[in-house]
Amino acid sequence: MRVALFVTCVNDTLFPGTGKAVVTLLRRLGCEVEFPAGQTCCGQMHVNTGYRDEGVRLARQFLEVFSGYDAVVVPSGSCAAMVREQYPKLAAGMGATRAGAFASAHGGHSPFAEAVAEVTPKVYDLSEFLVDVLGTTDVGAYFPHRVTYHPTCHSLRGLRVGDRPTRLLQNVRGLELTPLPGADECCGFGGTFAVKNAAVSAAMCADKVGNIVATGAEVLCAADNSCLMHIGGTLSRLRTGVRVMHLAEILASTEAER
Amino acid sequence: MSGTFLGMPSFPKNAEKALQDSQLRYNLRKATHTIRAKRATVVEELPDWLELRAAGKAIKDETLRHLDRYLLQVEEAVTKAGGHVHWASDADEANEIVTGLVRATGQTEVVKVKSMVTQEIGLNEALAKEGITAYETDLAELIVQLGDDWPSHILVPAIHRNRSEIREIFLEHMAEWGRPAPDDLGDDPRMLADAARLHLRERFLSTKVGISGANFVIAETGTLVVLESEGNGRMCLTLPETLISVVGIEKLLPTWRDLEVFLQLLPRSSTGERMNPYTSMWTGATEGQDFHLVLLDNGRTKVLADEIGRQALRCIRCSACLNVCPVYERVGGHAYGSVYPGPIGAILTPQLRGMESPLDASLPYASSLCGACYDVCPVAIDIPEVLVHLRSKAPHGPAERLGLKAAGWVLDKPVRLERAQRLATRFRGLVPKRRLPGPGAAWTDTRDVPPVPEESFRDWWDRTEGGSR
Amino acid sequence: MSSRDQILSRIRSAVAGAPEVEISRSYQTSGQEAGRVELFAERVRDYRAIVHVVPGDELAATVARALSGRGARRVVVPGGLPEGWLAAVPGLERLRDDPPLSAAELDAADGVITGCAAGIAETGTIVLDAGPGQGRRALTLVPDYHLCVVSADQIVGGVPEAVARLDPVRPQTWISGPSATSDIELNRVEGVHGPRTLEVIITR
Repeated sequence: MRVALFVTCVNDTLFPGTGKAVVTLLRRLGCEVEFPAGQTCCGQMHVNTGYRDEGVRLARQFLEVFSGYDAVVVPSGSCAAMVREQYPKLAAGMGATRAGAFASAHGGHSPFAEAVAEVTPKVYDLSEFLVDVLGTTDVGAYFPHRVTYHPTCHSLRGLRVGDRPTRLLQNVRGLELTPLPGADECCGFGGTFAVKNAAVSAAMCADKVGNIVATGAEVLCAADNSCLMHIGGTLSRLRTGVRVMHLAEILASTEAER
Repeated sequence: MSGTFLGMPSFPKNAEKALQDSQLRYNLRKATHTIRAKRATVVEELPDWLELRAAGKAIKDETLRHLDRYLLQVEEAVTKAGGHVHWASDADEANEIVTGLVRATGQTEVVKVKSMVTQEIGLNEALAKEGITAYETDLAELIVQLGDDWPSHILVPAIHRNRSEIREIFLEHMAEWGRPAPDDLGDDPRMLADAARLHLRERFLSTKVGISGANFVIAETGTLVVLESEGNGRMCLTLPETLISVVGIEKLLPTWRDLEVFLQLLPRSSTGERMNPYTSMWTGATEGQDFHLVLLDNGRTKVLADEIGRQALRCIRCSACLNVCPVYERVGGHAYGSVYPGPIGAILTPQLRGMESPLDASLPYASSLCGACYDVCPVAIDIPEVLVHLRSKAPHGPAERLGLKAAGWVLDKPVRLERAQRLATRFRGLVPKRRLPGPGAAWTDTRDVPPVPEESFRDWWDRTEGGSR
Repeated sequence: MSSRDQILSRIRSAVAGAPEVEISRSYQTSGQEAGRVELFAERVRDYRAIVHVVPGDELAATVARALSGRGARRVVVPGGLPEGWLAAVPGLERLRDDPPLSAAELDAADGVITGCAAGIAETGTIVLDAGPGQGRRALTLVPDYHLCVVSADQIVGGVPEAVARLDPVRPQTWISGPSATSDIELNRVEGVHGPRTLEVIITR
């Protein structure tokens, strides 16, 4: 099986530790992963901010780079959701002018649409790849800390990863998973929303942080570093002492390594 | 749409102001969380909810696909049943028609059933100009009218008010509009509801003209359907000698049978009840009443022409999307500057009004795209999809455009991204943690900046051959 | 061009070429047969209405008890209401709607007694369609007390069965509990403009 890592532009630039953790974890599970060097960004920020043309250009690049793999692993719920949920809509929008007018927006017969149909079903969020493709919920990790998990909107309502991440965490030795009240509520990041509507974004995060602190957890875990950058930045500003960690980093931790 | 909100600043500015009102935030939080839980309970009760939702979506799409045909069918059925049908292209024309009809009765007072569309067209204001007083009779609308306030929610227009504020409004203003509130009025909701009953009772029994909207209009039979809770709707629909119903053209349903879907979807999504207390259905002139139906476009055909945006016309005004929206919950309805607030307002208002004003252009951005609205929508309007679509049509500021274009250029080629990353790495010590300049300040007002790593992932991969060295 | 023609032509050009829509009705169209009466009673009670389930031969006595318990002496009786329902009520003043009662007369009545067109178990809903024993819509609206008799065979499982059974041309009022509002802090309060007390007698 040829497995590619789409590390995402945010992780590549700001959180390389997450990408390394994915590589370590997958290798430990007997899975070799390639890093296609031509990758940059899925186009989410551009499309969601209203720069569709730039976003489509990046989407084309993504489809070209990741064509031909059996699986593409993405350690970011929102980037995986962008590819799987929004690329087909972009394709429909570019297809025959009246395609999908009343029914759900799918279809179109452009080369772009064909590439979307070929590549996107093979794109997996990390927890989906581990549970559905590799068929494991125990990755042999060790992490002796009290952890709470924020499911993030696009994993929860876009990809519908369900309880896959928490099943993985529950099988980490030493880890005490404490439920997060109001877990399904948005943290307020929302990409450029965080700066375009900074006050609302901050108010949403303040409530999220209140719930996190109330759990008494040492670590807030999520499968998306964009949300974690936003929540973590607030946790740090408020000197709460709660750390943030990507799911991949916790799952990559072992006793031997400590 | 109504001019009431003209000249309002953009959404972020309105939101910032609203966020400072801690009473408002408390009221909204309490109310939205209450209704959210109620809705979830009664929706879970139905094992076929998703099938009902899919049918609801398809029925509305079918209505829109052949709206011309269904409108003609309604016209024919209502006329045959003794009603009169009028067509209005825009708000002004609808207001003229209604004003003319009221004038013809010789009356100067009308009672109103809660209706979004008559707020959209500013009917009360138009009637007032002609010396006709419109009395709102829904409890929440009464609170808004007495308090000279704006509605802030589709279902519960006074959701931003708590019981003690409502008591104050009743004590201060009821006398200006009719029977005063009792002097010993408390703030118990039951007492407040009793005060409203007494205040409006005589008005219901004596007013000769009623004005309503409708939740649904059945094309094949010409039947109008109004769902309500208090009985004020029944009062306005049944007792007056003349009834005028103003209805947006998208409110149609093709067949009588379609109600079996919508009478399950709407109450559970809206008030979180298995069924609302009262639903009235009538066809044409009923029980000796003079009946007029005003069919209103007011921008709807423009929305219909947008292949992605048109799904907003499926909306049945249940307000479930408002109740789950984290943005609405924190800022309330006024910030949206429209009678349609919340997520549905953020996609409906800019389509109906256009995006010329700073406020309307900012509405598609009034969302973190968290998707909670789409999940609860009983007719599966993909609100995030429409938001993103409208963002691509919205005007963008020059600084933002420059920034996003530059980012697009960098991300366009891996080598450019690599160079940018190395540049950032070299100057990583200079990135302030707590105070970014320019637009970055919006981030660092409340959040620290993560440290820039010594090496990007791609450089690490190249250097170590994927960690194998 | 008239507004009518303008609207119609705008619609036609807006949807020109759009695909046809298929409506799948894979939702449930009939409720459970067993326990229908009990479910109906329970769901009507949930709305804080008063509910009695009695054998048919106890109807008159139950009506009498309900009216006297309420102290209702002047009661609106719609045309076509079976006389037998009121046979056990002593000294009842029957307000007939013939000629039509004024709103003020209805407002002064102690209550109204009606039958119904259908009951819906799943939602606890009573449907009136102005048929015999129900009268025009105002009769069950203005008086503050509504006593409604539902026979077990009128109760259907769910909304689809009720819709199938009803005639759209007749004016209808669907009633689910007494008048209520949730407009104050989204707390439900029973009793606003419609009858503040709804009492339902279900006969088996």
